[in-house]
Amino acid sequence: MAVHALRNPVAIVGMACTTFGEHWDRSVDDLLVDATQDAVASVPGLELEAVDAFWLGSMISGVSGLTLTRPLALAHKPVTRVENMCATGSEAFRNACYAVSAGAYDVVMAVGGEKLKDAGYSGLEMPSVPNDGTPPVLSAPAMYSMIVPAYARRYGVSPEQIKEAMTHIAWKNHGNGALNPRAQFRKAVSKETIARAPALAGNLSVFDCSGVADGGAAAVIVRAEDALKYTDRPLYVHALALDAGAGTGRNDSAYDYSDLGESRASAQAAYDQAGITDPATEISLAEVHDCFTPTEMVLMEELGFSAPGEAWRDVLDGRYDRTGALPVNIDGGLKSFGHPIGASGLRMLFEMWLQFRGEAGERQVDTSGFGLVQNQGGSPGDLVSAVTIVSSRLRGE
Amino acid sequence: MVGIESYAVYIPAGRLQRAAIATALGSGRGRGARPVASYDEDSTTLGVAAARRALGSRAITGSLWFATSRPAYLEKSNAVTVAAASGLGEEAPAYDVGGALRGGAGALRAGLAEGSALVVASDLRFGLPGSADEADGSDAAAAFVVGADPVAELVATASVTREFLDRWREPGDVRTRTWEDRFGVEEYLPLAGRAVEDVLARGDVARDALAQVVVSTPHARARSQVANSFPAEVTELGSVAGAGYAGTADLGVGLVAAFERAKPGDLVLALSLADGADAFLFRMTERHQPGRSGLETLDGPEAEVSYVDFLTWRGLLPREPARRPDVKPPVPPASRRTTDWKFGFVAGRCRECGYRNLPPRRVCLRCRASDAFEPEVMVDVPARVATFTDDWLSESVQLPAKVVAVDFEGGGRFEFEMTDAAGHTPSIGDAVVPTFRVASVAGNGVRNYIWKVRPHREEDR
Repeated sequence: MAVHALRNPVAIVGMACTTFGEHWDRSVDDLLVDATQDAVASVPGLELEAVDAFWLGSMISGVSGLTLTRPLALAHKPVTRVENMCATGSEAFRNACYAVSAGAYDVVMAVGGEKLKDAGYSGLEMPSVPNDGTPPVLSAPAMYSMIVPAYARRYGVSPEQIKEAMTHIAWKNHGNGALNPRAQFRKAVSKETIARAPALAGNLSVFDCSGVADGGAAAVIVRAEDALKYTDRPLYVHALALDAGAGTGRNDSAYDYSDLGESRASAQAAYDQAGITDPATEISLAEVHDCFTPTEMVLMEELGFSAPGEAWRDVLDGRYDRTGALPVNIDGGLKSFGHPIGASGLRMLFEMWLQFRGEAGERQVDTSGFGLVQNQGGSPGDLVSAVTIVSSRLRGE
Repeated sequence: MVGIESYAVYIPAGRLQRAAIATALGSGRGRGARPVASYDEDSTTLGVAAARRALGSRAITGSLWFATSRPAYLEKSNAVTVAAASGLGEEAPAYDVGGALRGGAGALRAGLAEGSALVVASDLRFGLPGSADEADGSDAAAAFVVGADPVAELVATASVTREFLDRWREPGDVRTRTWEDRFGVEEYLPLAGRAVEDVLARGDVARDALAQVVVSTPHARARSQVANSFPAEVTELGSVAGAGYAGTADLGVGLVAAFERAKPGDLVLALSLADGADAFLFRMTERHQPGRSGLETLDGPEAEVSYVDFLTWRGLLPREPARRPDVKPPVPPASRRTTDWKFGFVAGRCRECGYRNLPPRRVCLRCRASDAFEPEVMVDVPARVATFTDDWLSESVQLPAKVVAVDFEGGGRFEFEMTDAAGHTPSIGDAVVPTFRVASVAGNGVRNYIWKVRPHREEDR
């Protein structure tokens, strides 16, 4: 098996992200136009015409590259639509990076956008292939709620201790989102309020679930050697990893629902590329896929930030708070920034863009190490996970 | 010698207290409880449960005869669904005897005439709120395996057919209308007398030689008058008597109750009065061993169903649905491709590593061997809860839906909705039993039949 860091490293030289939320007044076209034009405008002197190729991430808001070209009246460009469930945004970015690294193009853009709030439902309806009616039909919170009893049994932790950690994560991410003008939910919520909310699935309440939102985000990518031509503070990409599991966990009695192996594998592949041997200390900040609070808790272990069975304790100790040793989801995460599927991976990168450029305002944290973005799609046992590692320093610096 | 080789009933776990109806409607009074099919049961699934129990590991060589007055589909055969879900092969003919209550007797007669058959009768009884069909009805199914090595040998049959309107229901209607009570009695009593006389004469049996007599008819007064013409001890059927009239299944449920009380050598008479009269005379053979018929459920733990739930489940109290996307129906070609899995609950056991793949697939999920599977029926494989959750956002009628990941002894896992589990809190390691149910009925009328699991009960084995 061969997974390598890019031979020609790449860098982000411009980014944009819309506000996320229930945008009753904006269509997917509006969101994509805003994200794209603002990303171009973030690079002094760049014109949309000068972007050589585009990768558009969208799960359910449109098909083909024309979903992007039509609203922009953009003709004769190679535009690819990318879909990999909730990891779609990271996938658009990863493929765009490969193209510019390969030398096929000089300037490319990854755009992600999703319009969820025109569906009329509070949850997310997954597109499904017509079938025989036998696949289990569980809501997404129900699928992720299976983590809790499994984790409790695996490590001998009580469900109450796990719930306490889940509440801490919801409290933390709501608090972080309150400081973010682009976030869907901008209100700190007390732990008492979170803990007493009624259950939606297992012991998950609405406070344990990501916000269903509309939004868009975009990044302009060039080869690292060219980056300083566009900005004095580029964000360098050190690793791009994706792991698609076999999707068999839910039919395999050996599978434990608290195991997010695809996240672990994608993180390891990324660490190998970036030369990271001790993620718990070498990574300064992380944006991870907190679709549900137990997901964030388990991810702390799968990403190597906490020892197995210790994440719940580290969470409660404040290790992942904005003021902790390794701040996680400083922008509010999926929990309070909101989760417009195709845009989320790029939204996570946008926080890195702000943090490493020192533009995160009240949320600014130390960026002396690496920044990690982890973005996943599916459910425990049936998962894809993407990990991207960035910093403001070129490899070897 | 032809007769009944094996028999069983299925009585759903739910019970509606008749007093609850009286209280809600503010009139009348009710005693006892009636069995109620759950929201995910219909006449087809009730029939499958009885058929599976009657069949056990037997194979039949003849036809499946399926009777019901509440068919799940018209035009499309329900008998065929019962056959597929009961594990009968494609070589077994399967026919519906649908619509009329007399079909219960008709299906039995057809099966006995054929000499080797599976006879299934199944019904849900309800009507407009406050009706006798509602209070005195019972949801149930009965199944008989007919063959040459019987536990109950058929001695004789007799039938009288008479055209008259005692009760009638338009297709699709909830309400059954009836004519004046006395009219029915005066029609049925002579018909009963004639059929009984004929069957006893044909069997060369004296009336006082009968050990058990079953009288099944939707006409309550006719039933009691005919039954009263026999000594009380031969018409006493135990718990079944209080359950209520079970439509096309009623004759079969009564017959099973009589068989359970009979001993080898006993003569059992079953009389159905519906648009005529049908009499069946059986003699119990030395093979007869009572027990495990499914009737135990009537005396077992009951799951109380509120009157509001009963009305809701039968479509008589439409409620505001949750704001959720429309249910997606299964598509016929996909269901056809996976008939054994979807209806027969047949997994694929990998020939290379031995792991059971649920559902069957081309490439083994454990060892990745290709196209190397043996079909394996999972219905009777012991199974336990691996983990579980409650889902308040489910499409299920009953919220929260109880979702369980289930591990099967000897390998295999699948996630199911746990049914018959209202108020039940599952635990990891709990034994569960597969059960054939309706997951949903889509806007286009397609019924999504699937296998669920329910908690293991004392009487399961």
